Amino acid sequence: MVNEVILNIDNLSKKYDQAVAVDQISFNINSGEIIGLLGPNGAGKTTTINMVLGLLQPTSGEIKVFGLDLESARSEINRQTNFAAVYAHMPANLTVWQNLYVFGMLYEVENLNKRIDVLLAEFDLEKFRHVKAGLLSSGELSRLNLAKAIINEPCLLLLDEPTASLDPSIAETIRENILAYARKTKAAILWTSHNMKEIEAVCDRVLFMSHGKILLEGNPKSLPTQYGKKDLEELFISVAREPLTFHE
Amino acid sequence: MSLKRIYAIYIRQWFLIKSNPVRLANIFLWLLIDIFLWGYISKYLSTLGQATFSFVTVVLGAIILWEFLSRMQQGIMTSFLEEIWSNNFVNFFASPLKIKEYVAGMVLTSIMTTAVGFLAMVLVAGLVFGYNILLLGFYIFPFILILFIFGVAIGIFISGVVFNFGPSAEWLAWPIPLLLSIISGVYYPLSTLPLFLQAIAKIFPTAYVFESMRTVVTSNNPASNIDLLIGLLLALAYLFLAYIFFIKIYQRNLKNGGIARFNAV
Repeated sequence: MVNEVILNIDNLSKKYDQAVAVDQISFNINSGEIIGLLGPNGAGKTTTINMVLGLLQPTSGEIKVFGLDLESARSEINRQTNFAAVYAHMPANLTVWQNLYVFGMLYEVENLNKRIDVLLAEFDLEKFRHVKAGLLSSGELSRLNLAKAIINEPCLLLLDEPTASLDPSIAETIRENILAYARKTKAAILWTSHNMKEIEAVCDRVLFMSHGKILLEGNPKSLPTQYGKKDLEELFISVAREPLTFHE
Repeated sequence: MSLKRIYAIYIRQWFLIKSNPVRLANIFLWLLIDIFLWGYISKYLSTLGQATFSFVTVVLGAIILWEFLSRMQQGIMTSFLEEIWSNNFVNFFASPLKIKEYVAGMVLTSIMTTAVGFLAMVLVAGLVFGYNILLLGFYIFPFILILFIFGVAIGIFISGVVFNFGPSAEWLAWPIPLLLSIISGVYYPLSTLPLFLQAIAKIFPTAYVFESMRTVVTSNNPASNIDLLIGLLLALAYLFLAYIFFIKIYQRNLKNGGIARFNAV
């Protein structure tokens, strides 16, 4: 399964009237790869993720997941895909167990009760089994979001700022959970974050977006020196402030 | 179609209902208030004039059938609104859930809540006011079938309207059925209405059901099969149109980002 292309994006664009949110981007993610999608607010990262999830129809271009065309096989693809996003929490009026049960049914997870037990133990949520999601702290809620995101053991996992607004300790736990999952399953992961240290630590490759375009691509450890910057954060700031400098 | 995913939509709502007695009360409270209110009004009306039929049978029969339709519509609407209030569309539509499964799940939820409410109404109307729904005879089946289909159609249509205009259009869920009740002749014969409203009433299946119901219980004559067939065909046509409308709005939201940013619509 190693090096199998899981996600293939080809010339993908999204326009709203005259505004271009995503502008002819192309990239692949292979199995076992963790890709960081970076860029300033409004760069087009979430729009890209929404298109891959089938929540937003591209204006042009193609998205293939597992070799299947997203437009014609969305439901089939989404059975093996999942996501966690800072803006998409589980329904607050259901308990932790109920949330996992509902989403487990939606993803048609086999042996669901057993799977939920495993996730509750793995994400240290057992004591919150019957607690409503709305009563959880940010850290607990992030763990629940992540438990839901891997309930179907997805081959493609999309993470939109999964550790945003978490304290460093909880963020570290969340990262460890994700990395453990990635190591175990060889899932392809697309990860957006504004925490450059986090990206350096977890990603095999990064894509820098600005104004809907991918400006840079490379290894997060070597990319900054290629552009004369001391680290990823400095590179990020340069891309955000002077995107034209990095245009091909 | 995946039965598991349809069940997931239903069980999500059932978890909400069973965990909160206030939601449970909502299923029964309004229905029972209506039964008591109209039951006593009917009893009072029966003491006046020389009517050759029982007001309780006519008015409570109309109320029970109308509430059946309203509850079907509201059951669908409430399921839909719950997802708006929970900001849950992104989670649902990023899953393998298909739009037809989502609609089927909402209908299943509504069937469950409406069936429970309907039984409670019939029981209370029988015990307190001596109302016997069996007086409608075999006609209860076509009446319920037509109202069921049309209730589902209205529920899907109003959900589509809210899906299109966003949470600010939520209030539309409540007055539309009331408007329909005025021109459907639920509480009075269509002949009571001005001629132009009578003509409008004929395009709604509810008018055929309630006119037929009055024929059956006030004159003991059989209802017109043609009228019932027209009512059924109209209900099916509305269901088809409402479903197409909902799908079109979903597809439009996929294009303009309305699902991912629904609360900003």
